[in-house]
Amino acid sequence: MTEEAPTYQIETTSQDGITHIALRGSFSLAGLTPLHHRLDAALAQGPVTLDLSGVTRLDTSAAWAIVTAEAHGAPLTVTGSSEDAATLLATVRKALPKPDSQNQKPKTLVDRIEGIGRAVAKSASFATELLGYFGIFLHRLARSLRHPGEFRMTALVHHCQEVGLKAVPIVALMSFLIGVVLAFQGSTQLRQFGAEVFVVDLIAVSVLRELGILLTAIIVAGRTASAFTAAIGSMKMREEIDAMRTLGIDPATALFVPRILALLFMLPILGLIANLSGLIGGALMSWIDLGISPGMFRTRLIENTGIWHLAVGMIKAPFFALIIGVVGCHAGMQVGSNAESLGQKTSDAVVTAIFAVIVIDAVFSVFFAQVGV
Amino acid sequence: MTDMPKETVIRLRGVRNQFGSHVVHDGLDLDVYRGEVLGVVGGSGTGKSVLLRTIAGLQIPKAGEVDVLGTDVRTASENERQMLERRWGVMFQDGALFSSLNVRENVEVPMRAVKGLDPDLRRQMADLKISLSGLPFLAGDKFPSELSGGMRKRAGLARALALDPEILFLDEPTAGLDPIGASAFDILIRQLSQTMGLTVFLVTHDLDTLHATCDRIAVLAEKKVLVTGTMREMLDVDHPWVHEYFHGPRARAASDAIPAKKDP
Repeated sequence: MTEEAPTYQIETTSQDGITHIALRGSFSLAGLTPLHHRLDAALAQGPVTLDLSGVTRLDTSAAWAIVTAEAHGAPLTVTGSSEDAATLLATVRKALPKPDSQNQKPKTLVDRIEGIGRAVAKSASFATELLGYFGIFLHRLARSLRHPGEFRMTALVHHCQEVGLKAVPIVALMSFLIGVVLAFQGSTQLRQFGAEVFVVDLIAVSVLRELGILLTAIIVAGRTASAFTAAIGSMKMREEIDAMRTLGIDPATALFVPRILALLFMLPILGLIANLSGLIGGALMSWIDLGISPGMFRTRLIENTGIWHLAVGMIKAPFFALIIGVVGCHAGMQVGSNAESLGQKTSDAVVTAIFAVIVIDAVFSVFFAQVGV
Repeated sequence: MTDMPKETVIRLRGVRNQFGSHVVHDGLDLDVYRGEVLGVVGGSGTGKSVLLRTIAGLQIPKAGEVDVLGTDVRTASENERQMLERRWGVMFQDGALFSSLNVRENVEVPMRAVKGLDPDLRRQMADLKISLSGLPFLAGDKFPSELSGGMRKRAGLARALALDPEILFLDEPTAGLDPIGASAFDILIRQLSQTMGLTVFLVTHDLDTLHATCDRIAVLAEKKVLVTGTMREMLDVDHPWVHEYFHGPRARAASDAIPAKKDP
């Protein structure tokens, strides 16, 4: 570790009120702090002469220390500098950064209040923008219906596969486990009242009305909103979107319509799969834990659970699909020109989509409670 | 540039680079001397950037010796490599700045490895390097995405200069710059190499840069360094590609525009 040992020496002697500092050896960034402090300390006491004749290598940092010391207006005389060192000093002197007068003002209370105001205005405009994207989607969809030639069937099928088919395993497994958990937890509680058989109603109502579709939407928001943002965002980053515009291809028709439409078709199907596998999981656990045979589970399910429970769940699916798709596409278009913003927008999209799904679900719950279904 | 015996800082012997079955370099020899500005030229696909990456240790050659400042890059230990990396700076084609950091923080990155340097001094040193690279003071607070291509190159140069390296590698320093910006950059490199005693290894396509900045030129062709020499010597080389390169219409325009560099 030769570099760790000091490659330089700073010798200070004092005579007649004048401090002599002699530098020897090779100066680099590692020696800047001691050199800077020595010079400052010596200059505080009076005039200084600086002898550079023993220097083997002077780098810009050492030159900077000398030049800034001069700039403080203290009487500093530099002697014995070689030709190279003199040129370096001159270059650094010329390049010395001059801070502009635009110094940052400290934050006042008014600035902070203004910051809050801006944040509120930003979230309001975010909501408007989402609505705007929804409008664009509807408009382009209507145009595609009038001119079926413009519609991108291949893209739609591709996205249906990505969004729907590939999500089936995870959605089915998740929902199955939820069914198992519900049956297990429900049975422990209901057994206390000897009402084990009601576990069927418990599972059916909670899976069909809420959990099946809600958890499916959350999983889809996680995997699909992020995929939309990343795909559209990286196209935006590489100016592919701009290229599309110059070629007369409308990005909204080409990118948004197939993606959102695919979600619109696929989310209800995924929801149905989730419902089914949730019920299967619940039935299996009821059988193992409570001895309710699958046949009995089925009979009770058909007799006691109204079709409206299923409908209440499925009605929400297209709304979830729309918000997930719109949020994902919108976030993709907000990506700037650097990789950082791509990552940030992708995670923003997921958080926003999941949040929006839960808010919509809550609104629907209140609505259905009011109309009494 | 003086009468002192030339000290070799980069020494390549018999370097062979290949990707799959595609051989880029075979038996390549090259010497770079202290304090000179060496320009590497060659047609597209002759492996100019690969050569730069080989010397900077980013690409391990299949065979041959790569000796930089007395250390063999191929066999250097982790420790030796770190020592070496502090003694060279690399400027990539588009600056390769870290996009999550502003320009000043980018320049400070290599300085963080220096022990005992207090943050305030480090900041001021970064400002000095930014200013030495010809950027305005306020550029330090900007993020790479807010800079133009030319400014990104300058910021990349500032980062490469952060530790006052002995060797500076430049990959296409003037590509994509407007002619005024490009010639300003040429002058900047020349000035820096003189005042800071830098050895500069630059890969370029730009004939004006060769005229204005380089002491010596190395021509890559036929998988090796075909010939090295000054601009004047290049004009007399009797190889079809080299002749075409230095006598083509663009070459003539460049040599007319800039009076041939004074021989030292």
